[in-house]
Amino acid sequence: MADDVVSRPDPTITEDNEFFWEAATGHRLVAQRCSDCGVVRHPPRPMCPHCGSLATEVTELSGRGSVYSYALLHHPQNPAFEYPVRAALVDLEEGIRMVTNLVGMETAEIEIGMMVTVTFVPTAGGNAVPVFEAAPR
Amino acid sequence: MTSPGAAFAGKAAIVGIGATELSRAAGRSELRLACESITAALADAGLGPSDVDGLVSYTIDPVSETELVRSVGFAEIAFSSRVPYGGGGSMGVLLHAAAAVASGAADVVVAYRAIKARSGPVRFGAAQIRTGQNDVHSGTTSSQWCTPFGVLTPASWMGLNGTRYMHTYGVTSEDFGRAAVQLRDYASTNPAAWGFGRPITLADHQASRWIVEPCIRLLDCCQQTDGSVALVITGTDRARDLPRRPAVIAAAAGAGLFEQEIATDFYRPDLAVMDGSVALAAQLFDRFGIRREDIDAAMIYDAFTPVFMMQIEGLGFCGPGEAKDFVAEGNLALNGQLPCNTNGGLIGEGYIHGLNLAVEATRQIRGTAVNQVERPEAVLVTSSRTGAVLTAG
Repeated sequence: MADDVVSRPDPTITEDNEFFWEAATGHRLVAQRCSDCGVVRHPPRPMCPHCGSLATEVTELSGRGSVYSYALLHHPQNPAFEYPVRAALVDLEEGIRMVTNLVGMETAEIEIGMMVTVTFVPTAGGNAVPVFEAAPR
Repeated sequence: MTSPGAAFAGKAAIVGIGATELSRAAGRSELRLACESITAALADAGLGPSDVDGLVSYTIDPVSETELVRSVGFAEIAFSSRVPYGGGGSMGVLLHAAAAVASGAADVVVAYRAIKARSGPVRFGAAQIRTGQNDVHSGTTSSQWCTPFGVLTPASWMGLNGTRYMHTYGVTSEDFGRAAVQLRDYASTNPAAWGFGRPITLADHQASRWIVEPCIRLLDCCQQTDGSVALVITGTDRARDLPRRPAVIAAAAGAGLFEQEIATDFYRPDLAVMDGSVALAAQLFDRFGIRREDIDAAMIYDAFTPVFMMQIEGLGFCGPGEAKDFVAEGNLALNGQLPCNTNGGLIGEGYIHGLNLAVEATRQIRGTAVNQVERPEAVLVTSSRTGAVLTAG
């Protein structure tokens, strides 16, 4: 596809996750934190599974983490993406894990444990989602 | 193996099995496929539609109970239920059926699954954009957190676990390949199997293209199959009067853990361990007083070879990271410690979303499998989070 065409699908916005995707569109990485017990959690949930609280707040994340696992997706393909898709699970400093993509690196550079930092890429409908690039050495 | 474990232990048995042909283009509806397999299973059991008062399946199945009743001609259904999810829930039908029969909620229960994974409107492993929150594969996948990143297929979900497993224990693609070779070896002698007459070598496996690098090649994948299977379950007392040797449901359990999302199980602390299998094994073996060494054969959900091998470890048939050696030593073969997926599994026989493994387990207990284990007394059937142990009674 042409480089100037954004085809990445938009996130599915729900009442429970809206704050996360709104922040991402503003190029901010955030997570939900329980207002009572303080545990940071992701993906967002309406209730804290640790203490049962419904009170939540939004906390800014450092955007730094490490690659917990990755997968180069070759097949089957969807025209919205370039292949191989560089899928990854990133463990963030704040103790939560995210499904994401690795960008700005050769596939041969990807390895478990590598340090990464967040950046943002646009989606077809004008939102943005957090992806990760190699951290500056 | 007489410890009660639960009130239903040993109180119900599989008395009938039925299947359509397994194909890539059935040319008829899932409803019709289900009618055919159910009718075959009832005939096998020496029963008819009017004997049936219970129906169980799993939530992903497209065939509704009401359509089945009006097609097969069941007179009166007293009990019906669905296990949540797709393949992970598949063996839960045995738990539901056994509990229903033992409690008196039903007398004769039919468990079924009908699927057009290959020729249906959407191929089962296809890379689709879904806009719902958890709408993939009947809730097995938290798609809202995967779709914007192109993580769209079962192989992509399970590949993220697979890569971590390889990293943690030094497992290679060849290690997975040896499992695939064994399964295709079984399939090669099974006339009903997609892989009938077509064994593969490790070189074939290594030459097959990447689906998900570095853990899933084409030959690590289950098939996309059209077809249906059904099982008939009734009480062990009634089973004694029926024509087939009953496969007694000695144990049945399910295990869904905190932070599990079934196929996209990304938030458990250690993804190199199949926690669901560890928990399931504690239920099936410890709770029901069954020892692993009592298990003469096992049918383990082989959607992809990495998750197959991780389940062997999680169930405790070898230690963490040891499945590669357990497989390489030939332990999955008929003369090994744990003959496994003797029909060829979902990789070699076909993919009726796991339930064809329960049919094969029943054949083993009866002594009618193509690749028959010598007089098995206990056969395990599992799909990660649900499972059962069948015994010769």
